[in-house]
Amino acid sequence: MKHLLSARELGKEQAIAILDTAIQMEQVNAREIKKLPTLRGKTVVNLFFEDSTRTRTSFEVAAKRLSADVINFTAKGSSVSKGESLKDTAQTLQAMGADGVIIRHHASGAAHTLASSGWIDASIINAGDGTHEHPTQALLDAYTIRQKLRGNEAGTDLAGLRIAIVGDIAHSRVARSNLILLQTLGAEVYLVGPATLVPGALAAHAAGSFFSLDQAILEVEFDAIMMLRVQSERMTASFFPSEREYARIWGLNGDRLAKLPANTLVMHPGPMNRGLEIDAKAADSVNSVILAQVANGVSVRMAVLYHLLSGGTEID
Amino acid sequence: MTNFTLVGVTLADGSNANIEVTDGRISGIGKKTSGETISAKGLIALPGFVDLHTHLREPGYEQSETVKTGSQSAALGGYTAVHAMANTHPVADTAGVVEQVKALGDEAGYVQVQPIGAVTVGLEGKQLAELGAMADSKAQVKVFSDDGKCVHDPLLMRRALAYVKNFGGVIAQHAQDPRLTENSQMHEGAVSAELGLAGWPAVAEESIIARDVLLAEAAGSRIHICHLSTAGSVEIIRWAKARGIQVTAEVTPHHLLLTDELARGYDPIFKVNPPLRTQNDVLALRAALIDGTIDIIATDHAPHPDESKDCEWGAAAFGMLGLETAASIAQSVLIDSGDSNWQRFVEVMSTKPAAISGIVGQGLELAVGEVANITLIDPSAKREIRGGGASKSGNQPYEGMTLPGRVVHTIYRGAFTVRDSKLVERGQQ
Repeated sequence: MKHLLSARELGKEQAIAILDTAIQMEQVNAREIKKLPTLRGKTVVNLFFEDSTRTRTSFEVAAKRLSADVINFTAKGSSVSKGESLKDTAQTLQAMGADGVIIRHHASGAAHTLASSGWIDASIINAGDGTHEHPTQALLDAYTIRQKLRGNEAGTDLAGLRIAIVGDIAHSRVARSNLILLQTLGAEVYLVGPATLVPGALAAHAAGSFFSLDQAILEVEFDAIMMLRVQSERMTASFFPSEREYARIWGLNGDRLAKLPANTLVMHPGPMNRGLEIDAKAADSVNSVILAQVANGVSVRMAVLYHLLSGGTEID
Repeated sequence: MTNFTLVGVTLADGSNANIEVTDGRISGIGKKTSGETISAKGLIALPGFVDLHTHLREPGYEQSETVKTGSQSAALGGYTAVHAMANTHPVADTAGVVEQVKALGDEAGYVQVQPIGAVTVGLEGKQLAELGAMADSKAQVKVFSDDGKCVHDPLLMRRALAYVKNFGGVIAQHAQDPRLTENSQMHEGAVSAELGLAGWPAVAEESIIARDVLLAEAAGSRIHICHLSTAGSVEIIRWAKARGIQVTAEVTPHHLLLTDELARGYDPIFKVNPPLRTQNDVLALRAALIDGTIDIIATDHAPHPDESKDCEWGAAAFGMLGLETAASIAQSVLIDSGDSNWQRFVEVMSTKPAAISGIVGQGLELAVGEVANITLIDPSAKREIRGGGASKSGNQPYEGMTLPGRVVHTIYRGAFTVRDSKLVERGQQ
């Protein structure tokens, strides 16, 4: 495996192997000296064309804990903002000898283009491309679900678990990657959201879909419910009339939480709009694993970097 | 002037004959020969092709194409006339610009370059351009289009449809509701949902066509619909024709062959507007071309320089080359499929586009006394497509594909522009 561009590229065994490696990385992260020599001498570039402090930092910490040299190349304050093309940026990084490039880009397919263009030889990791995919987010979500519901046991999958993804499915790279990966791991994924934001073409690939969150909670016993962030530009484009109406119909609040099974995990990829797609009662409840998702993000990204860049050296 | 005979050609009806050309005109079709004799055994002789939808890019975008390079590409594709779209810089919305484009075409001398005039000033959809002045100019513009943009204001469209009746003109509509296609990247459907690329829904085309055929009916005007791309559009045109509305429609070669599945690799060579649709749409367009619901094939030849395609999908320009491959795709769809015949091929590639446009001296059945605009193709040839041919650009969507048929000779006003599949040096005659 050279690149990680889409959750689609991960077979079940491969996905489980990455999750299993992440268990070892989690153990490293629990040590006093949280560092492995695995990627010593390798150069990893964080190529971010969109602001995302969380994801960039998570990858940066992951790469540094594996002893890679990390360079942050962000659109702001670089030649990118002066209109340099993706091609020229990629060739510049190639000339500098990057071994891995983690790319976040506003255009769907940008990571794919980088990997297939011949501009650069490095391993490419898709850290979110437009409204397409965000595969490491799906891996960390799968890891968190396995950790909480399957005892963090190596080798296990998510067979039989029922997971709801709620919100703006149409524009969510998190939803796309999770729909694919969680089902690869055997889970049943349900899509929930306003009819304007749940494309039939994606719902066709899910175990089921609902336009009403209440109906979904009534009909399916979910093991995990994943709330997506609502982008304010969706409202101005008339996908729904107002934030109030959205929160009332599709928000996860204390009342809806009470109707879910007692052990249902509450998840959110962050950053949250408290009071919109999720309220404080739900976000801060005992069911919430939102901070665990953040912590697991580092372990999972270490595992991904290890699989792509280490050439199979042992983890000590 | 020249005097030669094409010996042993096959005509569209399947019969064999010699075609004598004297002083730019066909002087005989039969058994006689005179002048230089050129063996044309196995070649099909057809009236020179006429493209109703070509982007020659000059003036303003000469890095993509010039009138000369586009004319050369057209000649290699078997064309003797092209209609140059108005979205140049400056826009072809005045008599001055359309006369300039025509003059550049005459100077190049490969095909008849007939300018299309913009419907609205600057293609901005706000105010009618001086359509009468363009019609009265030396360019004698009869076809008007804001192609690349839709004339979406219904009032303006209504006025334009009525106004061109003053001089027997026609509006060629690029049917695309702008609000339904904001930031659209590809056909809206299963593939776009998977790829996360903003969708261009079929209804954005169909709703405009439905509106415009009704406007044309109310105005008692002709209307031409550019690049039909959906099965639903076909149904609307079929209904409108049955109702007696004076509507004609074109389809591009790429919409007859390629589908949205090609977007999966995010290679922007397949980014085009209207977008590649589904196999179901392709089949509906083919059937409509064969049964006459769709009148013609028009290329929408849209050259772009490498940097406009060598980038991420979202940043890439819309459009693909088409002039040098159109006849092959027409042959594949009409002839090699066994579904139609060479007479229909002549209609969709030559006589009908010329009739829609009203262009003089083009698209006429091969007959004694007519101007010798003749294309000879070898239908048994197969060729692997490599690069952009004579075009200045290389956005070739058929790269690596093997297509049937080869244009062997193109004769424009009695002189070879292409001989043995090679360009002949030209200049003002």
